[in-house]
Amino acid sequence: MSAPAQRRIIFQHIDEPGYTNDIACYLKHGGYEVLKKAVTRKPEELIDEVKKSGLRGRGGAGFPCGVKWGLVDRKSGKPIYLIVNADESEPGTFKDRYIMYQDPHQLIEGTMISCFANNVKQAYIYIRGEMAEGARILEKAIAEARAANFVGPNVLGTGYSCEIYVHRGAGAYICGEETGLIESLEGKRANPRIKPPYFPAVLGLYQCPTIVNNVETLCHVKYIVEHGGEAYTKVGTPNNTGTRIFCVSGHVQRPGYYEFEAGKITMGQLLYDVCGGPLPGRTFKAVIPGGSSAKVMKFGERYKGKRKIGADMVDYDWGVEDVPMDFDCLAMVGTMGGSGGVIVMDDTVNMVEALANINAFYSHESCGQCTPCREGSLWMKKITTRMVHGEARPEDAALLKSVADQIPGRTICAFGEACSWPTQSFIAKFGDEFKTYHETKKTVVEKTRELV
Amino acid sequence: MNLKPETLKRIDEVITHYPVKRSATLPLLHLIQEDAGYISEEAVEWVAKKLELEPINVLEVVTFYPMFKRKPIGRRHIKVCRTLSCALVGGYKTCETFEKEFHTHAGPGEVSPDGEVTVEFVECLASCGTAPVVLIDETLHEKVDCAKAKQLSDRIKAEAAARKS
Repeated sequence: MSAPAQRRIIFQHIDEPGYTNDIACYLKHGGYEVLKKAVTRKPEELIDEVKKSGLRGRGGAGFPCGVKWGLVDRKSGKPIYLIVNADESEPGTFKDRYIMYQDPHQLIEGTMISCFANNVKQAYIYIRGEMAEGARILEKAIAEARAANFVGPNVLGTGYSCEIYVHRGAGAYICGEETGLIESLEGKRANPRIKPPYFPAVLGLYQCPTIVNNVETLCHVKYIVEHGGEAYTKVGTPNNTGTRIFCVSGHVQRPGYYEFEAGKITMGQLLYDVCGGPLPGRTFKAVIPGGSSAKVMKFGERYKGKRKIGADMVDYDWGVEDVPMDFDCLAMVGTMGGSGGVIVMDDTVNMVEALANINAFYSHESCGQCTPCREGSLWMKKITTRMVHGEARPEDAALLKSVADQIPGRTICAFGEACSWPTQSFIAKFGDEFKTYHETKKTVVEKTRELV
Repeated sequence: MNLKPETLKRIDEVITHYPVKRSATLPLLHLIQEDAGYISEEAVEWVAKKLELEPINVLEVVTFYPMFKRKPIGRRHIKVCRTLSCALVGGYKTCETFEKEFHTHAGPGEVSPDGEVTVEFVECLASCGTAPVVLIDETLHEKVDCAKAKQLSDRIKAEAAARKS
């Protein structure tokens, strides 16, 4: 079965010839009409639309957005803050970049609607430091929106006021973790906070209730308020509503971003039909489906079990190619949809070297607060690097696994899981490559190594 | 501290964005680094005083975030992405090309002998679909294979030569 057509909701205008990131172009395409209508409705109604829509967060965890909003402490009397998480940094993910650079007003409109719905008076866009140009584009767009009375005091004459400021990070991956982000926004090291008690919905920025949403999520909110929560559930599949943007990178003919209805496309359709399959003369070996921390999938392996379709329990027996690309199916096969970053590796890749590359990333990015993560990620990196550039031993596979197994569940934030899943899954699925690497590496010329 | 009047103006403005002054730590450090090239000891103390903090509160931030430099770096800053998606399609070779072109090696504090560039091998720059990617100062360059890395290097060298003549 060939792949369905793309359904561009969020990326409707991305890379469209003639579409520019200024407000005139946005208004010409119907921009801010949704906000104009939204501010005439009751905020609770807007929250209900988002709840009805089943929208799940697009930053990685897939947590229902309406539930997140529902947890906000509205009785404390403290101001409620909204933070746009634009710290896009999970390796393999590059969707938010396009929204901010090419269609910033879509994000600002989604943000303002969300702020109005939640009675937020102050929002911050936390953008990663490396996107200095993106920060300037957003600042210019906010200034334009402020001049047109879509942002700032007395929005559209309603008496409702809300300001948005852009805040730049400075090169630390951990700022994508929401409590680390909050610490960073408070001007500190981005050491994540322990939950409980520091759930952002109750004790977030400046110990006030805070909503942290991903860039793409807020754009979906705009679409939901425009078309209604009910209509949104018709896009995608039950429990995986709306569209998903897949960021495909690595060894395919046509890497790039692709937006499809959630759950309507399989991994095989995405990689073969949409991305053109493997490079000439090569075959697919492995794929990481949701950003580099997601557990790796091995071509040739089978996933079997029962799943619920409607009211029935149905057997499934899938290869990698058959897995529908949604949060639930990817979770069923032991990995995750995460942030939508699909990294493809073909038969030229040695998995020890690929893991060494990933481990170097997580070791560099651990904030250092919790010992199991700081030391564990460091040792996983040291071991895999030694295997590649020094002496490899058959027992390294077991050693790596034992280090990785001691991290998850013993750290303040989910980085502990994120840094151990690659090692755990690579060893579980490609263990032989690790056990025999000391033999394999004798046949490899040092110069041809490209991953570490 | 010898900051440009424009920088000082922007510093005073950005502090108003936050109900708590300390939040302006990162923005101030960015502004000072853009102006002065790096964060000196004096800058740390200046920011601390400006935001009514202890210098250690600022220093711990400077040392945590990789983008802040405590010493001057090259005139141009070349950041090559090291992470998996870029590495799969030749990121390591791209980095090597820049190292060779400028007779330097990649590192956060390294400067080429002519003082022209700092080449850094950084973690994911979030443009994996157009790998390998390179950030030169604030501009992203996509699909930078060795040939394109050579072209970019030549351009930087030409600009340096034009400046000196």
